Amino acid sequence: MQPISYGNQPPQRLDATFAALADPTRRAILARLASGEASVTELAEPFAMSQPAISKHLKVLERAGLVSRGRDAQRRPVRVEAAPLVEANNWLENYRRILERNFQRLDTLLDEMKAERRKHWRAGAKRQQQKGKRQ
Amino acid sequence: MTSAGKLKVVAHSEREIVITRFFNAPRNLVFEAHTKPELVRRWLLGPPGWTMPVCEIDFRVGGRYRYVWRNADGREMGMGGVHREILRPERIVSTQLFDEDWTGGETVGTLVLAEHNGKTTMTNTVQYASREARDAALKTGMTDGMEAGYGKLDELLASL
Repeated sequence: MQPISYGNQPPQRLDATFAALADPTRRAILARLASGEASVTELAEPFAMSQPAISKHLKVLERAGLVSRGRDAQRRPVRVEAAPLVEANNWLENYRRILERNFQRLDTLLDEMKAERRKHWRAGAKRQQQKGKRQ
Repeated sequence: MTSAGKLKVVAHSEREIVITRFFNAPRNLVFEAHTKPELVRRWLLGPPGWTMPVCEIDFRVGGRYRYVWRNADGREMGMGGVHREILRPERIVSTQLFDEDWTGGETVGTLVLAEHNGKTTMTNTVQYASREARDAALKTGMTDGMEAGYGKLDELLASL
């Protein structure tokens, strides 16, 4: 019942960002990387997952531009890239703002409806009173 | 202004998103505001610059509704569907399909209004037709973003 796009289509690039973020393991990896860069071995430690499995997740994150790998040939540290996250968040915020604007208009309308109804009641009560007086 | 409540948008299962909002009004008014065209077109407008030239609601089970929005540049966006279930003033189940079909097929919306002390909590659950439809909708980015969840993104951004 809530229209959502209003021409607010997400940029093409966000498809990859959102797809990458849809997975809880990948979100956990990003959260871990937020506190500093890490090697694949280090990243695999807290997860009950093999290094190849973690590497697969990293590839998805890398393709989405959410992480990059360092030059160090031995360690190739992984670090988080903030730009796509900021962009994704901006788009979601925009969507939320659109919905919220609708609901704020609905708040105003409901206030008017409540006031209208009170007026109606008061008028009704007054009529009742006058009727009572006449009788 | 009223102390109307914060909007919440969360993913519920792989097929659903749930939009929750509190309103400082009894639910029969919230219900009316969702079902009478002259009231609906006063608030269901979207970003500034959009109007709602078409708002037709045949409010009975099996009845259709049709919404069209237009912006200042003349760009139009339309959607519509059928009412499947009506329980006045607390529940409406309706199908919804955008003309551009960016949701990957028809979705089913369930609007539930719960009243407490003359105030209303609205819960709007949007369910995608199937896992495949949901995945198709992911292409627009929207549901997938929901899946990630605002909270999750906020957390991530805060920690960066």
